[in-house]
Amino acid sequence: MDKMPEEKTREPIIELVDVWKIYKMGEVEVKALRGLSLDIYPQEFVAIMGPSGSGKSTLMNMIGCLDVPTKGKVYLENKDISQLYESDLAQIRGQIIGFVFQTFNLMPSLSALENVMLPMTFQGVDRRDREKRGRNLLTMVGLEQRMNHKPTELSGGQQQRVAIARALANDPDVILADEPTGNLDSKTGKEVMDMLTRLHREEGKTIVMVTHDPSLSTYVERIIQIMDGKTTEHLNHNHKYGGIEDEKK
Amino acid sequence: MIDDFFKISLRGLKNKGIRSWLTMVGIFVGIAAIVSLISLGEGLQNAMFEQFEMLGYDLIYVMPGSSLASVYTTSSKLTDQDLEIIKDVRGVEIAGGFVTKLAQIEYRGEIEYAWVSGMGVETQEIFLDGTGIEMVKGRDRFREGDTYKAAVGYEYWSGNVFEKPVGVGDRIKINGKKFEIIGEISRIGNSDDDRNIYILMDTAEELFDVENEYITIMARVKPNYDIEKVADEIKKEIRRDRGLKEGEEDFQVQTMQQLVDSVSIILDAVQAVVIGIAFISLFVGGLGIMNTMYTSVLERTQEIGVMKAVGAKNSDILVLFMIESGTIGLVGGLVGCVIGGGLSKGVEYIAALLLDQVLIKASLTPELIIGSLAFSFIVGCISGMLPARQASQLKPVDALRYE
Repeated sequence: MDKMPEEKTREPIIELVDVWKIYKMGEVEVKALRGLSLDIYPQEFVAIMGPSGSGKSTLMNMIGCLDVPTKGKVYLENKDISQLYESDLAQIRGQIIGFVFQTFNLMPSLSALENVMLPMTFQGVDRRDREKRGRNLLTMVGLEQRMNHKPTELSGGQQQRVAIARALANDPDVILADEPTGNLDSKTGKEVMDMLTRLHREEGKTIVMVTHDPSLSTYVERIIQIMDGKTTEHLNHNHKYGGIEDEKK
Repeated sequence: MIDDFFKISLRGLKNKGIRSWLTMVGIFVGIAAIVSLISLGEGLQNAMFEQFEMLGYDLIYVMPGSSLASVYTTSSKLTDQDLEIIKDVRGVEIAGGFVTKLAQIEYRGEIEYAWVSGMGVETQEIFLDGTGIEMVKGRDRFREGDTYKAAVGYEYWSGNVFEKPVGVGDRIKINGKKFEIIGEISRIGNSDDDRNIYILMDTAEELFDVENEYITIMARVKPNYDIEKVADEIKKEIRRDRGLKEGEEDFQVQTMQQLVDSVSIILDAVQAVVIGIAFISLFVGGLGIMNTMYTSVLERTQEIGVMKAVGAKNSDILVLFMIESGTIGLVGGLVGCVIGGGLSKGVEYIAALLLDQVLIKASLTPELIIGSLAFSFIVGCISGMLPARQASQLKPVDALRYE
C-alpha cells in the first residue's frame, strides 16, 4: 500500500520534479538536493524527516518559496515558481504559505495583534479588516487576553500560538512548520501539535512539518524521509487518528 | 498601509533608544548651525539696511580715489570746481562738501583721537534733513559765523569717550584750539560714526590748513529723478572736466543702492563660508546615519527574513528602512531647529544687552524652518538609501538563518 488511488487522480498542491540545489562554498560544491522529486496533495498532513545535513532545511526553503532550485521544477498550485523573481515569490509566500518557525520569529517590537496583522499589511489588506481578522485568529488560538502583549511578555507556547495565528493571517492553503515544537516543553509542544492537527482536520489546511523528532510522527498521515538529498516516502501506519482513508472520506 | 510602515519603523527607532539620539547629533549640529547662522546673517543684513536707510536713499556721495578703500589715501582731490559741476547737473537739488580729518581731542586734560568733519552750512542741510540724524540738544543748526563752535556725536554726550559726558556749553580743544560745544547729534547706531565731531567748513579749513579740498561731496537728488541716472551724469561731467576716459576715474560716485549692494556681497560671502562648514557637519551627520542604519540592518537581519517570509516584498523592506533613516534625519533636524533658533535668539538677546539697543534681530522665517526640516529629512533618506537597499536585497533564506 504505497499510494492511495484517489491521490493519483488529484492534482498535487506542491510538486517538486528532479530538484537540485547546489551551494558553492569557496571551491567546494555542496549538493544539498540531488534530483529530489515529491508530491504533496491538498489537505495532507505530511512530515519531512531526516537527520541533520540531509537537505531537510533546503527542501523546506524550496517548498516555502524562500529559495529557488539550481535545477528542476517546483510547482505550487500548478504554478512553476523556480523561475520567479524575489518580489513575485514574496507575494506568493504571503498568499499561499503560512510559516511556523522553531524559534517563533515574532517581531519583537510589535504586539501579538500587530504581529498577526503584519502579513496582511504586506498584502495591502484594509486596516479594519486586518484588525478584525487578527483578533479572531488570536481568539481562536486562545490568546484573546494577550492581544497587546509584546512577544517578550509571552511564554514560548504562547509565542508559538501567536506565530500560528500569524501563519493563518492571509488564509493560506499550506502551513509550513519548521520544528514547531523544537523550543517547547512536551506539554506545550503537544498543545501546538493539537492545534496544527485541528487546523488540518477542521480547516482543511495542508500542513507540511519539518522535524527530526520521531515522536511527532504519530500526528501525521505521511512521512517523507530525506537522506542525502533524496527522498524515500511511506505512509504512516502509526497515525494517531487512523489511516488516510478515514481522514479523507 | 504606509502608516503601518511608519509604526514598524518608529518602533525600531525607539528600541535603539540612546543610539538613535546619538546618531542624530551630527544632524543637530549641522541644522542648528545653518538655522542660527542664516537667521543671524539675515538679521544682520536687515540691521545694516536700516542703517543705510537712515543715511538716505536719495543721496549721492562723490569721493576721491577709485575705490572705497582708497578714499583717505588717494592723492586725487575733490575741489570747489567739482562741487560746482555737481550742482549744475540736472536733477541735483543741493550739494555740499565735507572735509574729515583725524584730530587730537582734549577735554579736562584727557586726550583722545577722533574724526572731525567740517561741513558748509549748505552741506548741513543735506546731512540733517531726511537722514534721521538731528541735533537733539542745543542749537538745531550751525549758523554762518559759528567759528570754533562744534557739535558732538552720541558717544561724547553719553560719556563713552571721556570720563565725563561732553555736552552743550562745554569746551574742548581740537588740535590745541578751543571749541565751544553748541549741539549734540542724535545716535546713528555705530560707535565710529557716533564718535564724530562736526564743525563748520571755514573753521575746518583754518584748523587743518586745507583749502578747496573735500573728502566727500554729498548731493541730494530732486524728487522724481532717477538717482542712478543722476549719479552717472555726475560721473560723466567730472570725467569730462578732468579729461579722463571711462574706467580711469580717480574719483567715485556712490549711491546708497550701490553701497547696500557691495555690503550685501561681503555679507553673503561670509555666510556662504560658514554655511559651507555647516554642510560639512551635515555630511558627517549623514555618514553617522548611514553607519547606524547598516548596523540596524545587521541587527535585524532575522526580522527582515521573517518579514520576507510572511510576504514582504523587497520594495516594502526598502521603504521601511528609508522611513527609519528619514525619521532620524527629520527628528535630528527638528531638534537642530530648536537649538539653532534658541542660539540665534540668545545672540540677539546678548547683543541687545551689550549695545543696549536692538540692532540684530534674528530672522527665523517659516521658509528657513521648513527648508531645514525638509533638508534634514532628505539627508536622512539619502544616508539610508544604501543600507536600506542592502536590507531589501537580503535573500530570505540567508536572513532567516542569520543569528
